[in-house]
Amino acid sequence: MALRFEVLGRFNRARAAQLTLPHFACQTPLFMPVGTQGTIKGLTTDQLEEIGCQIILGNTYHLALRPTSELIDELGGLHKFMNWPRALLTDSGGFQMVSLLHLADITEKGVTFQNRIGADIIMALDDVVRTTITGPRIEEAMYRTLRWVDRCIAAHKRPHEQNLFGIVQGGLDPVLRDICVRGLVDRNLPGYAIGGLAGGEDKDSFWRVVAQCTAALPEDKPRYVMGVGYPLDIVVCSALGADMYDCVYPTRTARFGTALVPEGVLKLKHNAMVNDTRPIDPTCACMVCKNYTRAYIHCLVTKDAMGSQLLSYHNLYYMLQFPKGDVPEWVCNAMDVAGIDISSCCSS
Amino acid sequence: MKFAVKALSSGKARAGVVHLGSCPSSIETPCLLLSTRKGLPIFISPDLLSSLPSPDSNLLQFSPLHFSEGPSPKTISSIGGLHQMVGLHEYGFAAVARDSIQCLPECGSTNKTGASFETPCGRRLIKPVEYMEMITSMKPNLWATLADEVPAWANNKRNKTSVDRTVKWLDECIARSPAGGAVFGSIVGGSNIEERKRCAQEVAVRNVSGYWIGGFGLGESMEERPSLLNAVTDNLPKDWPRMICGLGLPEEVLQGVAAGVDLFDSAYIYHLTIGGFALTFPLDRTEKIDYNYQLSDQGSDRTKINLRATVYRKDATPIVEDCCCYTCQNHTKAYINHLLNVHEMLAQILLEIHNTHHYLGFFRSIREAIKEGCFEQFQKKFVQSRREHLAADVVSV
Repeated sequence: MALRFEVLGRFNRARAAQLTLPHFACQTPLFMPVGTQGTIKGLTTDQLEEIGCQIILGNTYHLALRPTSELIDELGGLHKFMNWPRALLTDSGGFQMVSLLHLADITEKGVTFQNRIGADIIMALDDVVRTTITGPRIEEAMYRTLRWVDRCIAAHKRPHEQNLFGIVQGGLDPVLRDICVRGLVDRNLPGYAIGGLAGGEDKDSFWRVVAQCTAALPEDKPRYVMGVGYPLDIVVCSALGADMYDCVYPTRTARFGTALVPEGVLKLKHNAMVNDTRPIDPTCACMVCKNYTRAYIHCLVTKDAMGSQLLSYHNLYYMLQFPKGDVPEWVCNAMDVAGIDISSCCSS
Repeated sequence: MKFAVKALSSGKARAGVVHLGSCPSSIETPCLLLSTRKGLPIFISPDLLSSLPSPDSNLLQFSPLHFSEGPSPKTISSIGGLHQMVGLHEYGFAAVARDSIQCLPECGSTNKTGASFETPCGRRLIKPVEYMEMITSMKPNLWATLADEVPAWANNKRNKTSVDRTVKWLDECIARSPAGGAVFGSIVGGSNIEERKRCAQEVAVRNVSGYWIGGFGLGESMEERPSLLNAVTDNLPKDWPRMICGLGLPEEVLQGVAAGVDLFDSAYIYHLTIGGFALTFPLDRTEKIDYNYQLSDQGSDRTKINLRATVYRKDATPIVEDCCCYTCQNHTKAYINHLLNVHEMLAQILLEIHNTHHYLGFFRSIREAIKEGCFEQFQKKFVQSRREHLAADVVSV
């Protein structure tokens, strides 16, 4: 175990905590931007620090390909390579796996690559199945995930510097999810992720899986919902007791000219923006909203690299500042009806 | 705008000072105008701009044509002008129709009604009236009048027409000149010494605050350029600033300085950056053998390095050892090599920062040499040292 997790405040199931990792002491709930290839597209590490980024996610598969995990190790690890002083998390590399035939190698290799890359949190290889699939494949994937966790634990060479998180699988089946949670909890891992979601399942099924897992996972360890996501989803999951999130959405949507705003999204590409002299979001305190109009951003997006940069900056600022900020009142009301009280998070 | 010449060297090279209303400090000349696209650097985001040396990096150049697809002049006016629109209140902006990177004069389509340019939005014809409408709404600190630039191979008749047209448009632009904003009269003339002289003389008697020298970097050779430049500058009053477009390479800048030019744009930084190159030529003017440069490698020609080269894959040193730019202070050649390899935008951002920083350093050495009265030697030595490296490389192959 190479982390400390201390809950500092609660309201029912929602919790605010300090997650102390080898490279950085983080405040949860937190959002992790995805820096696939050792960089967040178009932003410098200085800018990321400035907007409050605490943990960046790197993709083991991509990094193992280029520049290779051996090179990263030789140059002192990914933190040093990209000059990021705060925390890093790497996934197992399994999500992008192409061939199922080489699974035997990948399980341990994934951990070995992650050991070389040197992130604060590394993910165990799981057998990911889309929630839209039904049948015995889901059960097979869940049991395989448990077997692989043991192999990952055995292969992990740096347990005092890197935290291996297990990933709960089991599709949308509560029985399978329960077996998986109990299996992972038995292994006494530093933290747990809820995987296999954010893949196209309906929202009503999605939250139920998160609710079940957060109820069964240990209170004193971080819970990471993988691939989430939309701001509203983060609010709901935090209310249910989750602590960490990652998603490509804010940066990817920025590159397509869409900004995240409290009301939802704003499509800067749209012709209506051509002469709109308002900022993207008048309530946002970021450098982009303080200096630029929708009209100017409109003339940049999809044509100039600067457009992507400015929108990525704003969207990440929005995501990173937002879990700490006010929850819109209409969400509180909706949660009320759903029987989940998050009134302490609502703006008074 | 205020301008004053402070020192001369070798006859014509001059060190001066320009003061623009929006900039808190005066800027020393000869100086570099940073290229922008729609008012912001191509890759360096506005919050990183301040990491560049100041006030050297406070002069930016843009083309009104960047906004031919919006926002409209009306919207730009309602926002309050370009400085307001791009959030760079303490910077100076120079507006020139040609930007040497993406707004290139297309003399074949230029006609008596307007100047034609190849732009990312296609070919655009801009008339003096439209041009002035844009200038008025954008409120740059200084702007060049609309010019008809022809390449070096244009025939005499076409060249002569371009001079007549440019002078005519100059008068039309001045007539619509907004209050505030210094007007720089445009001078063309192609590769014809007589036409260059004629145009300069015509513009010299107009009521302008400075001169913009156009038509260079369009095919004339290094050898013929000095006499063409002198044909212009010899016929201009000494007290007003001279700006030029199209002299991008260091040797070309030196030619411009030798002829008495004060302000330069450059597409060099852009082309280096998108090619994955970083400038490394020594800025230190003292006589010194650089042992690093004797250890030749595939990635370098001793003036710049190609960071895509595999030799940099594991190089954990900065681009230039004692460079204090953001890139060299924070990142290694190995990291930039990786970013280029995986086509990440951050590579261009980091390279544009370093290359701009380095090139601004070059301009600083030019100014120092002029103030010390040894510009001619500086120019000779600089050109010589670059040729020597090339010769050495040929021998070592």
